[in-house]
Amino acid sequence: MTAVDIAEDRVQVRQSDSHDRVHGSPVDELDTFPKLLLNHALQRGDKPAIREKDFGIWQFWTWRQMADEIRAFACGLADLGFQQGDKLAIIGDNRPQMYWAVAATQCLGGVPLPLYQDAVAEEMAYVLNDADVRFVVVEDQEQVDKVLEIKDRCPLVEVVIYDDPRGLRHYYQPFLFSLTKVQEAGRGYDHTHAGFFEERVATGKGEDVGVMLYTSGTTGKPKGVMLTYDNFIITGRNGILREGLQEDEEVLAYLPMAWVGDHLFSYAQSYVAGFCVSCPESAETVMHDMREIGPTYFFAPPRIFENLLTQVMIRMEDAGYLKRKLFHFFMNHARRVGTAILDGVAVPVQDRLLYALGRVLIYGPLKNVLGFTRIRLAYTAGEAIGPDIFDFFRSLGINIKQLYGSTEASVFVCVQPNGQVKPDTVGTPAMGVEVRVTEDGEVLFRGPGVFHSYYKNPKSTEETKDAEGWVHTGDAGFFDEDGHLKIIDRAKDVGKLLDGTLFAPKYIENKLKFFPHIKEAVAFGDGREYATAFINIDLEAVGNWAERRNLAYSGYTDLAGQEAVYDLIQDCVEKVNADLAKDAQLGGSQIKRFLILHKELDADDGELTRTRKVRRRFIAERYADLIEALFSNQSSHAVEAQVKFEDGRTGTIRANLNIRNSERFGIAEMRKAS
Amino acid sequence: MNPKRTIGDVILEVEDIALSFGGVRALSHVSFGVREHEICSIIGPNGAGKSSMLNVINGVYHPQHGHLVYRGKRIRRMHAHKSARYGIARTFQNIALFKGMSALDNILTGRNLMIKSTFIEQAFYWGRARSEEIAHRRRVEEIVDFLEIESVRKVPVGRLPYGLQKRVELGRALAAEPQVLLLDEPMAGMNVEEKEDMCRFILDVNDEFGTTMVLIEHDMGVVMDLSDHVVVLDYGRKIADGTPEEIRDNQQVIDAYLGVAA
Repeated sequence: MTAVDIAEDRVQVRQSDSHDRVHGSPVDELDTFPKLLLNHALQRGDKPAIREKDFGIWQFWTWRQMADEIRAFACGLADLGFQQGDKLAIIGDNRPQMYWAVAATQCLGGVPLPLYQDAVAEEMAYVLNDADVRFVVVEDQEQVDKVLEIKDRCPLVEVVIYDDPRGLRHYYQPFLFSLTKVQEAGRGYDHTHAGFFEERVATGKGEDVGVMLYTSGTTGKPKGVMLTYDNFIITGRNGILREGLQEDEEVLAYLPMAWVGDHLFSYAQSYVAGFCVSCPESAETVMHDMREIGPTYFFAPPRIFENLLTQVMIRMEDAGYLKRKLFHFFMNHARRVGTAILDGVAVPVQDRLLYALGRVLIYGPLKNVLGFTRIRLAYTAGEAIGPDIFDFFRSLGINIKQLYGSTEASVFVCVQPNGQVKPDTVGTPAMGVEVRVTEDGEVLFRGPGVFHSYYKNPKSTEETKDAEGWVHTGDAGFFDEDGHLKIIDRAKDVGKLLDGTLFAPKYIENKLKFFPHIKEAVAFGDGREYATAFINIDLEAVGNWAERRNLAYSGYTDLAGQEAVYDLIQDCVEKVNADLAKDAQLGGSQIKRFLILHKELDADDGELTRTRKVRRRFIAERYADLIEALFSNQSSHAVEAQVKFEDGRTGTIRANLNIRNSERFGIAEMRKAS
Repeated sequence: MNPKRTIGDVILEVEDIALSFGGVRALSHVSFGVREHEICSIIGPNGAGKSSMLNVINGVYHPQHGHLVYRGKRIRRMHAHKSARYGIARTFQNIALFKGMSALDNILTGRNLMIKSTFIEQAFYWGRARSEEIAHRRRVEEIVDFLEIESVRKVPVGRLPYGLQKRVELGRALAAEPQVLLLDEPMAGMNVEEKEDMCRFILDVNDEFGTTMVLIEHDMGVVMDLSDHVVVLDYGRKIADGTPEEIRDNQQVIDAYLGVAA
């Protein structure tokens, strides 16, 4: 019996008593990741479990080898005094060793805690203290230095283990250990403590907390979300069943390990289904590595798809006449019939034939360049994806689907079902998940992935998860006529204009951001007469646009202030207004005035979260005078802003910002026209 | 935390070197010694003779007077190919890479001296050529990994930004597994971030491989931070020689850089 058969068996059980499972009565014995790991080592010991490109060659570890490495790692940790229930923070890129740290911790009944590797020292110190972390595993010198910098402020941290010894030869701190040494000691410990490892693994139960993930903190300080093995194993398995994933899927692990999606897709589902995960050589080579691996199962936030599309379009502009013509001809055809063919809708024979020709000439080669040739399933989540971008990839025959999820749900809340993908919804509830919308529009869910609790924060836990297990997402949304969920904004951000019109800033911002020239947008209007917006242009796209028009510019600030760029953006804003006018509820919140910011919103300046979400309140405070200018009759406003450069210095940018009025459309009028 | 490296004895001595081009005296009677594993910086105002000094060390120029002593061996006339065999590698002020070749191939050229197989073997990828190619490629990949240039491995060097080209050039010099590495302005024209990266690579090379380094640099912050030993040239003469601290307080050096009050 292969593991896939076993998985199917188990799920039969799950479906018949799925609610019992939610409340914690796991039926099968493979209820933790360490147990799954040891099982894979027996069942498919010689198949690759994890791959990494190192020294230019893809190297892999089989399930048996990986189990050995993890075993040595775990025993080494035990040798250093790691106790059941201890927290172990992991800071690094996606590397096999970092994933092993997760499993090794779980083997000992500890709780792994992956952090964002680009977090600044303060954020890191806060999390290490908040989570009572005693052990830290880091990737390299850069992270060691960061931990040493905050070590004084984190008195609980006892042991720091690093993977890459480069540059660390002369670090003599007594609490610093190399992973190789730890594993070596672990092998000795394993030898002298026979049965220790097996006993510890057997002690783990499905309802135990398996991992802690910090929410990025759009609001307030980040909170540690504790998730159990059951959460991830059941959610992972449901996802595998719903999408028909196999044990031979290829996955590229390139998104931050601290993100719940990576934990599910690159860790949990790999352990459940038994497929191999590949780690890229470095963050810069991801696209290249992707081509080499040819993933079959892929996930990316919308901005990655957006970047890919922008790159393709820019490169096509530079292509020869014939290629460009062919590209546009076949892409237009794909846009017309491609998604229908993908969704299995009836399409005339001649269109199918032309599409098949396009596949040979354009779609196939293009997918090959992007590394999408073998993709069976791609997910996008985190933000809304632009309909143009979404359709572009789908029309190429790539089955990309949106999902709606959260850390508190172990990812899945809603997923678009195959064949019923609508660009502006997030689909129907995922397997085993119930979704409800309250009277005031907030989305609630309940299911097997619902988190255990927030660490040391019963108050927040109670506020988020009610007695019946319903989790309040804080998102506002509604179900459309087909039962698909449509998310419009954060519930608390949804406001009203003075005349009572609904104002959903994120909804407007997303529509703006769907234009390739606009990178970020922040809309204002709650309690005001009309809606306004800050715009960040996309330096690459607008820069390219400017170059083609022979517009000279010296940098972001200069480009952003140019009249021609304002014209370009005004055009986008007015298109959004026209689009908004079609919506009876939101039509009144069209943008009356906007400005292009003189600097890019940046996570380093605290304006965005690490996952690049706008920190609305912070921006409203910081740019209060600009907002006032937007709601006055001023046509320009002088600003001065502090910026933090990458080397840590600070500087000031001065600029005189123009404010433009944009045309708004009558709501009724538009409806008549359409 | 400055690592405690073990600096050895003097391995390279420059003795009483004088070099002139026609009537121009580039170097007049310069002597100094470089100890094993140290980072030695040569500084001085423009036209002080710094690059000429490096060119003398690796045999591009032949001095009219004086000689070199390398590992106890007195060398009257150094040649470029001889210096390469002695284990002295260098990078150039104006990058001297093969622009049309990939970063990988450029670094592979640094292995040239270590290739034993014959042209025929290479042409047929047969015999020693095969095993050698694999061994050299592995070594080159280690350097690529070390210098973090994985993402540009296959990119023609001419298309790379300047800072990366400098890094590739350093990689090529490292591929020769040098004992002494001469770096001619490795950080010229770089921004702060690129400079920091380059400093880290220089320190790491020195630390990991124990390579002795002689470098020319204008950025005083960099020189004072990196060097174990600084030699100051002015108008072809050596005016100071010592630790960074000694140089910082040396009145002659200050005068050379800031001019002397009339």
